[in-house]
Amino acid sequence: MADYIEVDVRGLSCPEPVMLTAAALKANPGKALKILASEAHVRTNVEKLLKSKKVDFTSSEVGSEYEILTK
Amino acid sequence: MDRLFDAKWKLAIGGVILGLLAVILAVGGNPGNMAICVACFIRDMAGSLKLHTAPVVQYYRPEIVGFVCGSFLIALATKEYRTTAGSSPVIRFILGFIMMIGALVFLGCPLRMLIRMAAGDANAYVGLVGFAAGIGTGCIFLKKGFSLGRAYEVKKVNGFILPALLVIGLVVSLTTALFAVSESGPGSMHAAPILALVVALVFGAIAQKTRACFAGSLRDVFLMKDFSLISILGGMFAVLLVYNVATGKFHFGFTGQPIAHAQHIWNLLGMYAVGFAAVLAGGCPLRQLVLAGQGSSDSAITFLGLLVGAAFAHNFGLAGVAAAAATETSEAVAGGPGTAGKIVLICCIVVLFIIAATNLKKSDAKS
Repeated sequence: MADYIEVDVRGLSCPEPVMLTAAALKANPGKALKILASEAHVRTNVEKLLKSKKVDFTSSEVGSEYEILTK
Repeated sequence: MDRLFDAKWKLAIGGVILGLLAVILAVGGNPGNMAICVACFIRDMAGSLKLHTAPVVQYYRPEIVGFVCGSFLIALATKEYRTTAGSSPVIRFILGFIMMIGALVFLGCPLRMLIRMAAGDANAYVGLVGFAAGIGTGCIFLKKGFSLGRAYEVKKVNGFILPALLVIGLVVSLTTALFAVSESGPGSMHAAPILALVVALVFGAIAQKTRACFAGSLRDVFLMKDFSLISILGGMFAVLLVYNVATGKFHFGFTGQPIAHAQHIWNLLGMYAVGFAAVLAGGCPLRQLVLAGQGSSDSAITFLGLLVGAAFAHNFGLAGVAAAAATETSEAVAGGPGTAGKIVLICCIVVLFIIAATNLKKSDAKS
């Protein structure tokens, strides 16, 4: 099982979730991230960032929230 | 539904549709260069509720009801509805208040700024410079770690309150004479209520799906070189420009523009306050209505700040006055804000710096 670095952006206003994810990618090159999001539009924005950075990821709903795992 | 607006060209088409909806309201009878203006319409709503008594800007605008409820319904239908609260609500109230003061000094929210730009109103381009500068200032604080903190999930009923209140108000306005209605001026000019409501419902739904935000558009360009959201504005601007040119409504210049003034420094500073406050609040007035519709009680509080700001703006003469040419019965009016409006606007900008500087935190994803 991969050892993930957790980035919890739940409940934060735009653009903090994307900025925190971008900062975590920069600070942890090559490491897998687990991004926890609570809003659908935040999930969309984070996924868009990961695509633009060419980072592979899987995204799933966990209860009423979202979990995005980078590879 | 997730893939409906997942590319820039799709977002631009979303913007084209939003532009067409604005054209429908312009043709339908809304005031000049004010097919849609979130700030002006909330101001009219405040007037209709007699929170202020400026006789020319009183009308319970169905558009505001439509924006919130369109977002509410589409969010419910696509399972994106989520009731949250608790991210610095009082500060958000103040940010809403300041956004309204800035917008009413300029005479329009960012959406109306775009509409005015597409009609050739050069004052709106001055406003754009201020708006961009305000967003740039907000971005500096975001980079330094500005945050209003997290919102948390709360009971679902919290998110139903604002849409329900707005609908009840609309029913009252359509079926009784309880609310004030302007007999002249911008408040007296409006599309048919049902047309306005239906158009705004669709507008609100598309704005929710596209995440359209005037402040977010420039913010994302400045911070991340991301042109996704601004492509919505590009599509909308193109439609409005074509409409104005085709119908002979395009007149480039500073003077003779409907419901506008040419006090450049105050147009610039008014929109500076709007841009700065909108970045700190996480979205422009339109985006706040959409977020309130999809369940954010914090954005509902921002709406209340906008509403109270409108009341203050007109009760205390803070709003800009539209310029007017001389007539047989009246002298020419240069327009712009009075002394009180200028002082309060500068105080508002100082307050924005205080809010920005006192809500910095170290960059920590887990805090």
